[in-house]
Amino acid sequence: MILDSKIPSGPLAQKWDKHRFEMKLVNPANKRKYDVIIVGSGLAGASAAATMAELGYNVKCFCFQDSPRRAHSIAAQGGINAAKNYKNDGDSIQRLFYDTIKGGDFRAREANVYRLAQVSVNIIDQCVAQGVPFAREYGGLLANRSFGGAQVSRTFYARGQTGQQLLLGAYQALSRQIGLGKVKMYPRSEMLDLVVVDGHAKGIIVRDLVTGNITSHAADAVVLGTGGYGNVFYLSTNAKLCNVTATWKAYKKGAAFANPCYTQIHPTCIPVSGDHQSKLTLMSESLRNDGRVWVPKKKGDARKPHEIPEGERDYFLERKYPSFGNLAPRDIASRAAKEACDNGLGVGPGGLGVYLDFADAIKRLGESTVRERYGNLFDMYEKITGENAYKAPMRIYPAVHYTMGGSWVDYNLMSSIPGCFVIGEANFSDHGANRLGASALMQGLADGYFILPYTIGNYFATNKQPKPKSDGPEFKKALEDSTARINKFLSIKGKRTVNSFHRELGKIMWEKCGMARTDESLKEALKLIPALRGEFWQNVTVSGSPGELNQNLEHAGRVADFLEFGELLCLDALTRRESCGGHFRTEFQTEEGEAKRDDENFAFVSAWEYQGPDKPPILNKEPLVYEEVHMSQRSYK
Amino acid sequence: MNLTLKVWRQKNATDAGAMVTYKADNIIPDMSFLEMLDVVNEDLLLRGEDPIAFDSDCREGICGTCSLVIDGIAHGGQRGTTACQLHMRHFNDGDVITIEPWRAKAFPVLKDLVTDRSSFDRIIQSGGFVSVNTGGTPDANALPISKLDSDESMDAAQCIGCGACVAACKNASAMLFVSAKVSHLALLPQGRAEAETRVLNMVRTMDKEGFGNCTVTGSCEAVCPKEISLDFIAKLNREYGKAVLVNRAERQNAGA
Repeated sequence: MILDSKIPSGPLAQKWDKHRFEMKLVNPANKRKYDVIIVGSGLAGASAAATMAELGYNVKCFCFQDSPRRAHSIAAQGGINAAKNYKNDGDSIQRLFYDTIKGGDFRAREANVYRLAQVSVNIIDQCVAQGVPFAREYGGLLANRSFGGAQVSRTFYARGQTGQQLLLGAYQALSRQIGLGKVKMYPRSEMLDLVVVDGHAKGIIVRDLVTGNITSHAADAVVLGTGGYGNVFYLSTNAKLCNVTATWKAYKKGAAFANPCYTQIHPTCIPVSGDHQSKLTLMSESLRNDGRVWVPKKKGDARKPHEIPEGERDYFLERKYPSFGNLAPRDIASRAAKEACDNGLGVGPGGLGVYLDFADAIKRLGESTVRERYGNLFDMYEKITGENAYKAPMRIYPAVHYTMGGSWVDYNLMSSIPGCFVIGEANFSDHGANRLGASALMQGLADGYFILPYTIGNYFATNKQPKPKSDGPEFKKALEDSTARINKFLSIKGKRTVNSFHRELGKIMWEKCGMARTDESLKEALKLIPALRGEFWQNVTVSGSPGELNQNLEHAGRVADFLEFGELLCLDALTRRESCGGHFRTEFQTEEGEAKRDDENFAFVSAWEYQGPDKPPILNKEPLVYEEVHMSQRSYK
Repeated sequence: MNLTLKVWRQKNATDAGAMVTYKADNIIPDMSFLEMLDVVNEDLLLRGEDPIAFDSDCREGICGTCSLVIDGIAHGGQRGTTACQLHMRHFNDGDVITIEPWRAKAFPVLKDLVTDRSSFDRIIQSGGFVSVNTGGTPDANALPISKLDSDESMDAAQCIGCGACVAACKNASAMLFVSAKVSHLALLPQGRAEAETRVLNMVRTMDKEGFGNCTVTGSCEAVCPKEISLDFIAKLNREYGKAVLVNRAERQNAGA
């Protein structure tokens, strides 16, 4: 496979402008001749669907939720970054670009990240024009706050529900186009396969989740905005139904999968309370603006937190990273918390937790100000734990939150299958080995509003393709394969539930390929996962029939894909013999226990190419060339 | 703790449906209500029975997917809490709990506890937006907006579209839902330009979808997981009244 990143030539700051000028356009009158399928209706999918419909394309948008408004982008709490420099604190496009590249531990593609920083400013303008009620100052202008990995205040927010408000903005823009008849929306519809005709993506196979009907849909291009794969760990902050199926099916049809081992463990989540746990809940990173993270200095200190005097507390982030303090980036803060717990200093049940304490902030600002800033998060914490965080510190622990890896895409966001574009968290492009807080919303909307709508036009204008027909042989074959797979699930009639397999896979992934990974643990995982997959196909039980609303059957399909994907994730982690960002190999660390990169041997994107069911995938490498930034040891001290 | 569940089971949209009794044993107080149902479903699956279908996704109270009437109250009666955020510590050993779907003509049951709420989407599609295309928008700080207006707008914009307000209302009215979107946008200058047509179109669609009229009893506000205030319905009525009186949109359409 030849990986051509198609990065435009010229100075970094001018690449996107130059590219936009050089790309071929589709005449407005001709746009209505093109059909585009968009899978997913989150920030990336909904914004892309709305924008492309506005431009005149015929859009079909699919989501498995009952409404496009429910995509998991809705759960993002803290905010969205933009290089507006409204605070006059020294921000600029260059600084947002640099922070993001550095935050990603120098494993992201420079040109993509620069473009992201450039369009970040347009996103805020767009969202305000749509009526997104961002937080404001008394003078009527927009408010900002700080987020991890940055020393400027560039994060725009809407209380603790920024993702919700941005998604509703995109959903409303999409709804407008649905009302106008430019987008045909298919809710409760799950993509089962990608269809490739003569080397180009030409459609998808879809199951109607209410009737069970499986149908073919043809289009001139397919866009996947299907989110991340965090649920391969079973427990994560992702919504229950998030899955890897769309990008995994695309992988099996030829779309390389890049950097699957780059997974983000978020430091501030509510700790696990028991085996029944179905998901984990994030407490926004914004809390670290005012909360202080600490553990007792003494092992096994059983005193209540307020009984432990100041001198016997270790504010370990402030101690280890004085210049960033509690706002150290996520990967670093997570590992520091893990280290504290590994040393027996953890608090709460099982010693798997650290305190996030607001006592100082309440003393300084008053409880009402803290309530105004974070009220909904404190409420959520109380609902889940039954504890009042205004009175006692929160207990937090790291949890899987975001996945930086995803489908490999070029500068145009096109995967290695021509005509198949991948946007938002589903692609790999902008966050390197670690994503900074408030950058996911920025990337999803940048891709959907301001990048894909341009680049897809260039694909249409430069690739004259015959109009696809949804009854062609490739569609028929894919439809038969999907149907056969569903019948197979139902025919096994084994003794274990789908959920029990998912839970066991998650346990393997978390223990062997979680916050710390070793050669040994990964090799074990690579034995355990295929064995578990083998058992799944022999011993799973799936209830009901194919022609009805069958949630158990839906879950079976997703878990079957995770059971294959988990293996690739571990393989990627094994071959990347360095530590970088969220990928921490215990063998490769500095004397202070920080991630130790190996730029000489690993400054590349791993893009895995599918070879068939019984063959190992091929590792293709896209070298990361930095024209502008100097790769340095990341330091937040 | 050990519980008895009485759950609405309905095979599909045309099936009559009935309440069925299940045991939920060894339930831990830290479980969420949906995790309790997960345990019951795992047990049903192992016994070869059809698990109880219910909608859920984010399980952190923001996506609006979960939709259970628990002991007769939408989302179960903890103020400002969705069913997924309701925890078993609020129940007692030996409790008998009834679980039903949203009941409303405009939300037909698809299976068991799963309903079709696409009528809400159609209401938004008929006007719940600001008609701006992507690109060409002014600088975000070009237009100062009073923090008070902005905050009030956010109070309304928090609606998660779950439909509990409809489920709680004896008229199955969608007024709280519609008022939240109308108010969110009407309170901001960006939304003012279309305020008249928006409210007329959204109310028209609401009626067409089969939602009833407001009872003014406030049962919607009582169950709303985002505690959206009944005051917004007053605002909706004001916006609607103004639009009807001015009648500018209609006159323009008629070519006057």
